[in-house]
Amino acid sequence: MTEFKGRAIVPVKEDKSFEAVVTKNGFNTLASMQMMNLQPSGTKCNDQSNPDLYKKLIQGKALCLPLTIGSTTGGMFLFAAVKEGKAPACMLFSQTIDSLAAAGAVLADVWAEDDMPVYDQLGDDFLNTVKNGDKVTLKPDGTVIIG
Amino acid sequence: METKMVLTPEQQAILDGSKGETMAKVMRTMVNYGEIFGATKMVPVTSEYGHLVLSFGLMFLGPVFDLYQKLIDDNCLSGQKFTCDPRPYDPAVPQSLIAKGAAKVIYSKQAKYEKEMKKLGLLNDDSFTCTCYMPELGNIPKKGDVLSWAESSAVVYANSVLGARCNRNSGIIELFGSVCGYVPYFGFLTDEGRKATWVVKLETTKMPDAQILGSAIGMKVMEDVPYVYGLDKYLGNELNDAAKTYLKDFGAATASNGAVGLYHIDGLTPEAVEHGEKLIAEGAKEYIITDEELQRVKDNYPVIWKDKDATPEMCFLGCPHMSLQQLKDWTEKLEAGLKEAGNEKVSIPTVFTTSVPVLKEFKKCPEYERLMKTGVIISYICPLMYMDNPLCSGKPVITSSNKLRTYTTARYYSNDEILEMLTKGVK
Repeated sequence: MTEFKGRAIVPVKEDKSFEAVVTKNGFNTLASMQMMNLQPSGTKCNDQSNPDLYKKLIQGKALCLPLTIGSTTGGMFLFAAVKEGKAPACMLFSQTIDSLAAAGAVLADVWAEDDMPVYDQLGDDFLNTVKNGDKVTLKPDGTVIIG
Repeated sequence: METKMVLTPEQQAILDGSKGETMAKVMRTMVNYGEIFGATKMVPVTSEYGHLVLSFGLMFLGPVFDLYQKLIDDNCLSGQKFTCDPRPYDPAVPQSLIAKGAAKVIYSKQAKYEKEMKKLGLLNDDSFTCTCYMPELGNIPKKGDVLSWAESSAVVYANSVLGARCNRNSGIIELFGSVCGYVPYFGFLTDEGRKATWVVKLETTKMPDAQILGSAIGMKVMEDVPYVYGLDKYLGNELNDAAKTYLKDFGAATASNGAVGLYHIDGLTPEAVEHGEKLIAEGAKEYIITDEELQRVKDNYPVIWKDKDATPEMCFLGCPHMSLQQLKDWTEKLEAGLKEAGNEKVSIPTVFTTSVPVLKEFKKCPEYERLMKTGVIISYICPLMYMDNPLCSGKPVITSSNKLRTYTTARYYSNDEILEMLTKGVK
């Protein structure tokens, strides 16, 4: 098991584990999630420019990423995805979170009944270590354990 | 409620519920958002108008429309009028009957959305465009204005070309800033946040295509601020129509292919002219751009048409929306190209997108009738929204917009390549 310490922007209330899905490229929220409601078997990444994630299931997974990029609809789509139950289970950023993903995290935290844990500043080593399918465990203090 | 940042008595009172529970939640959202980035205070929005990124009544965004309705119900309206991104549907744009039906379903919340926008503070019925900063629209912030805008291409233009101060806000956040009248002070609102952490040196043998140069820089620097040397050699040192148009398309590509919210062009953009190299942060990284590098970037764009060798069936130009000058320039180029090829009309259905006010001005120009003779359709639509329709996304569409390429199945070609295809025929 490998442990990383980040910042819990929207913390879990108690330890929770999820299966990881990983991108080392910036996650383009609009390009990735705009088809989410046309995907009855769960939200799959629709971003042709992201070979790490293209066509992979992201709904219900621990989305491990450097940051989000692209359209400023990003936070809005994340908020809607959380409200509709179509979002990743949590988002784990290696870098400091970007303003669009931060907006999505805060909007979901303040305005949605369900939350989406969001941690950032986990470091480049986190993204170099975590692999698709790994079990990741989140602790309320910002700790993320792989394995 | 306690906060890490220091609020004025009025801001604290709003947070504590002096203007109702919903306004308190709006303020709480903005404070929490700012505190993530270490904002020390909330500052007033000073621009005359806002700009919203949400322009489409997309059925998937029901929770957003419900939230906006709650704002209306609880009288939490925008304190400033605002413009919005382009509408998603225009009957003038060719579509099959089935695709038209699908569009009506996908954008079934359009009427509800536009009704909400009017109540919340929409400037007027012609205010739907991603290029709200065009003179025909009039939403042109002053240098130093603090904005609460979203729309990546508009934000990067306002910051870089106009010298206004705006973070890369998400949809909803931008409206919240206009509703409560304050935005958190961090990032591009601060002098420090506007410093360049990348130095880009242009070493090409000719003026680069704005869309590919922007794409290359966006993919390299991601969310950082680049300071670009060498572009003034081609664009000059005056922000005239040609330079502004180039920077509009360049910026949109940096913002969509990466996450750039501000760039400086040496000798051209206002802060670069005013402060020069003082804008470059210590330890800034370097990116050298050559002809070969731009070719490498272009060659790496994936083609995701079902049949990669399909013959193009449609062309979209104008993402972001075209300027008046672009419409005139394309008219000249198409006419000349068609004449040279011995053709009268463009080879495939071709849609130029622009705002309604720009189109109204264009109709007064002699070029309008000349462009119509080439068979080009002009529309106010957002081509991205058109392509999001699954019954349109399978169509082999070509574009010279790197933003449209990024978000849809459209295939990128340079303006010169597209001109060739439109005038001499597609293969």
